[in-house]
Amino acid sequence: MPQLDFANPLMMSKLVWLLIIFGFLFFVLKNYALPQVASVLDERAARIAADLNAARDAQAAGEAALAEIRAATAAARAEAQAAIAAAMVEAQTKSAAQAAEINARLATQVAQAEQQVRAARDQAMGALREVAGETATAMLSRLAIAAPANDVTAAVDRAASQGAR
Amino acid sequence: MAAEGKAIDALSQFQLATSLGPIGASVNFTQSNLYMIFAAAIILGLMTWGMRARAVVPGRWQSLAESAYEFIHRMVTDQVGEEGKRFFPFVFTLFMFVLVGNMLGLFPYAFTFTSHIAVTFGLAAIVFVLITVVAWSLHGKKFFGYFFPEGAPLWLAPIIVPVEIVSYLSRPVSLSIRLFANMVAGHVMLKVFATFVVMLAGLGAVGPFIAVMPLAINVALVGFEVLVAFLQAYVFAILTCIYLHDAVHLH
Repeated sequence: MPQLDFANPLMMSKLVWLLIIFGFLFFVLKNYALPQVASVLDERAARIAADLNAARDAQAAGEAALAEIRAATAAARAEAQAAIAAAMVEAQTKSAAQAAEINARLATQVAQAEQQVRAARDQAMGALREVAGETATAMLSRLAIAAPANDVTAAVDRAASQGAR
Repeated sequence: MAAEGKAIDALSQFQLATSLGPIGASVNFTQSNLYMIFAAAIILGLMTWGMRARAVVPGRWQSLAESAYEFIHRMVTDQVGEEGKRFFPFVFTLFMFVLVGNMLGLFPYAFTFTSHIAVTFGLAAIVFVLITVVAWSLHGKKFFGYFFPEGAPLWLAPIIVPVEIVSYLSRPVSLSIRLFANMVAGHVMLKVFATFVVMLAGLGAVGPFIAVMPLAINVALVGFEVLVAFLQAYVFAILTCIYLHDAVHLH
């Protein structure tokens, strides 16, 4: 097995070259290549963190604006509802007043009309009584019954008051 | 070099030779070291050329470089903790060097430098020296308490202390032999079955049809070897992290 042929002078020289090459590789990687990679990774991490922060700020601003809009909407809605309620109260009072006025006017008109009706009836009843008295005396005279005029009118009045009942 | 003289020669692929012509020969620069340089160049290329865009949204190569970085970074911080961050460049170098070395070795005609016990032991020795120096400099004499856990009955000391010392000293051995043995076994298997393909294909009219079988096995083996290449680099790195954790926290 050539690997175990330690008498070979190339074995020792190979080891020395290994140390030189490995040491050189280590030195360059440690001092030049790896810090560069680290700086790239750090830059990326910093940029991602900054972007995330910016996004978080934007989100917070958006949420604040949304809350503001919600508050404004709620205030406007409350205002509108108050205005509607006030308008409705006003309209109700106005319509109630109008209704009361109309009722009062109608009541007076009804009262007037009733009065007129009563007067007309009284008048008609008076006229009827006169006619009835005249008719009664005419009928009595035709039957040749002498009756005082006062008795006839009293009888007619009695009958009229019974009929009016 | 496969099946020369109709004999299975699975080990000559591990033979060291000088490379880079007479200049390499004069400083005993082997082909193993040449592949180490290739590996280092690939790693540095990935980590510098691949990262050159420095884009916020990474492209393919930058993604690969970043995921390698983050993979090892997570491994180190998970295993060693926050104090372990200063060992990250070392563990990263170790992992990438072993990983790229294993992967390079899978290319035909390439030399696998991790298939040499001297190389893997050299890397493991660096780890061993590092964890010992770290433990010693952080804890001073309390470092010896590592070999005798607190709360253990004193009469057990004659058993526990030697066991702990042996287990501590065997760390670089197990670390290096695991990687070495895996890589050697894989490459020997590949070479043996590749030799079967050539030998069976020469058996006359039916030969090529029979040779398909070892060829299919080899195809599966290459896939398996890719897995092993990654897994062994991972194991090497994570064991290093665990040893570093022990060195920093003493159990």
